[in-house]
Amino acid sequence: MEYFLELLLGGLTRGSIYALIALGYTMVYGIIGLINFAHGEIYMIGAFTALIIASVLTILGFNHLSILVLASLVAVIYSAAYGFTVEKVAYKPLRSAPRLSPLISAIGMSIFLQNYVLLAQTSDFMPFPNLIPDFDFMEPYAHVIGSSELVILLTTAAVMMLLTVLIKFTKIGKAMRATAQDKSMAMLVGVNIDRVISVTFIIGSSLAAIGGILVASHIGQINFYIGFLAGIKAFTAAVLGGIGSIPGAVLGGIVLGCTESFATGYVSSDYEDVFAFTLLVLILIFRPAGILGRSTTEKV
Amino acid sequence: MKLLTSFKKSFLVSIWFMFLTFPIMVIRVNPIEEIIEWRWWNMLLVGGCSFVLSLLGRYFLEKKELMAKRVADSGVIATTFKKRLFEQRAFAVPILIIISFAAIIFPFIFSTYQTSIMTTALIYVVLGLGLNIVVGLAGLLDLGYVAFYAVGAYSYALLNYHFGMGFWAVLPIGAGLGAVFGLLLGFPVLRLRGDYLAIVTLGFGEIIRLILENWNDFSQGPSGIANISRPSLFGTQLGLEANTVYLYFIMIGFMIFTIFVVNRLQNSRIGRAWIALREDEIACQAMGIDKTRTKLNAFALGATWAGMMGVVFAAKTTFINPASFTFLESAIILSIVVMGGMGSIVGVIVAAFILILLPEYLRAFSDYRMLLFGCIMVVMMVFRPQGIISNVRRTYRYGNNKGQDINHRETEEV
Repeated sequence: MEYFLELLLGGLTRGSIYALIALGYTMVYGIIGLINFAHGEIYMIGAFTALIIASVLTILGFNHLSILVLASLVAVIYSAAYGFTVEKVAYKPLRSAPRLSPLISAIGMSIFLQNYVLLAQTSDFMPFPNLIPDFDFMEPYAHVIGSSELVILLTTAAVMMLLTVLIKFTKIGKAMRATAQDKSMAMLVGVNIDRVISVTFIIGSSLAAIGGILVASHIGQINFYIGFLAGIKAFTAAVLGGIGSIPGAVLGGIVLGCTESFATGYVSSDYEDVFAFTLLVLILIFRPAGILGRSTTEKV
Repeated sequence: MKLLTSFKKSFLVSIWFMFLTFPIMVIRVNPIEEIIEWRWWNMLLVGGCSFVLSLLGRYFLEKKELMAKRVADSGVIATTFKKRLFEQRAFAVPILIIISFAAIIFPFIFSTYQTSIMTTALIYVVLGLGLNIVVGLAGLLDLGYVAFYAVGAYSYALLNYHFGMGFWAVLPIGAGLGAVFGLLLGFPVLRLRGDYLAIVTLGFGEIIRLILENWNDFSQGPSGIANISRPSLFGTQLGLEANTVYLYFIMIGFMIFTIFVVNRLQNSRIGRAWIALREDEIACQAMGIDKTRTKLNAFALGATWAGMMGVVFAAKTTFINPASFTFLESAIILSIVVMGGMGSIVGVIVAAFILILLPEYLRAFSDYRMLLFGCIMVVMMVFRPQGIISNVRRTYRYGNNKGQDINHRETEEV
């Protein structure tokens, strides 16, 4: 039973990270109908920026709390800036191009960013400082859930809530929903489409950065390649929940995280990544619209 | 005045990029020895480069728009030198003769090493042409192309290892297995929209690699399979040097065969169906083309070529392991197709030679290879989606030459 609980909590932690990244995919897909392949790389850059800033601050002798706050803040800002720039450089000029073009451009961007970090930094795994402190009150439960897992779960929940509020109740959220529904109609009623798209990329990238910081300090090391797998898995989560749907992304992330956790716990850990891909293929075959998505028929 | 504004904008862009690349380009920390390295020089480099690139980008985008406008105004696409080169026999025939002569004498002039590199480049040419069927003609973005390549390579390696089967016997088996895997994967996913296909094929490529890496009893895991026999010539095994030359000619043969097949396919009923499907799926279905079957054909044919090349690759290197079949390999092949121009045979050949041979000869530059490939994909899509050598679609005209322009304009307007 305890083993089960441990796996469940592990799955939830993993799943909430997937959900954070999946939100970026799903939001961008909802608005411009593009799979943003470079999103995994934004997550990686977020983690790397946090690592660099945290290391510099540690060497300069800052205290623990200020390192955590500053590193996270800078990482989020930088990820958002990267997301914004990637959209302007690689996707905006292709908005009216055939479907395949922005997709290829996105893949190119992803490869570019990976190698940019590889060349400018290092190809080795870098140790990531443990930014999340160990809480004393967690000690009795340490065998089931660690402090960093708790922080991940709580942060994710808080971020989701904030995002829901933002999309449901603010003006920009309304504009985003309108754009997702009908781009040209939204334009006609005075929504600045370019701005909405930029904001979407900025929000999605910030969420990915938060995910990146959390997962990096949980695992303790990162390299330039972490974005690739995380990106595919988060995309799987987004598709699983129904791409374009925000609660779907969260649900998909958690389902995927739990599936992986149980599969590695009870079946075999060698094929950890195969489970995610198999799940992806199976969903796409049997329920391409996802758990919460509605299947739409294309009108001519 | 216009120049001034674009200078100003480019300056702002370069400031933005200097800010953007600051933590990753400038700072490098060694957390264990607690050393911070500040590389301010990189910042200047980024600033300067982004300024120039931004200026160039602005210029080319403007030019592209101008060109599009001019074509839309006049309705006539200018006959360029390039077009003349490929369309007129008087140019094409002597060039072909020179190229084939050069290809024949190549292994006898240059060293074995050069021949071996050339063979690798030729493998990529054929892989590019194979993927071109899937991506260029049928418009299906396949990111797991390397999986079929792996299937071919492993089928030769395993059949050779366990049963001692030769190259020529396994070649059709590898091709067939590639096609079977293509059908197996294609059947469930081809009903889906294009972008899902990209991700599923990507996932499939990874699954194949992970299985090869983890299923030790079957594939000997990450250590791979060594001592695969080289192709034999009428039952006799050649020496290493002669074999390199032999393999080179096998590849030349393959290339000619592939070019012939792809060229014939392009203008056949099925080839036109692929192009139509790429352009507009719904209209295509309305015209009575079986969408799934046509797509499946393209997918399986592409996979067949990858399977065959896998066999050749295993025979060439005599050692394979899962590390040769990563996503990057798929990305390289895809960037060949993208750079060459989707659907363009000549373009793909030229692009394969550029992308494979350049990093090989400019060693200093080979670290930046993948960076460049990523860059190429983005830049090509933004500035020149038709590739370096765009595909010239066969146009059917009627009437005399005088009426040509009018006909052309009509089709343009329709």
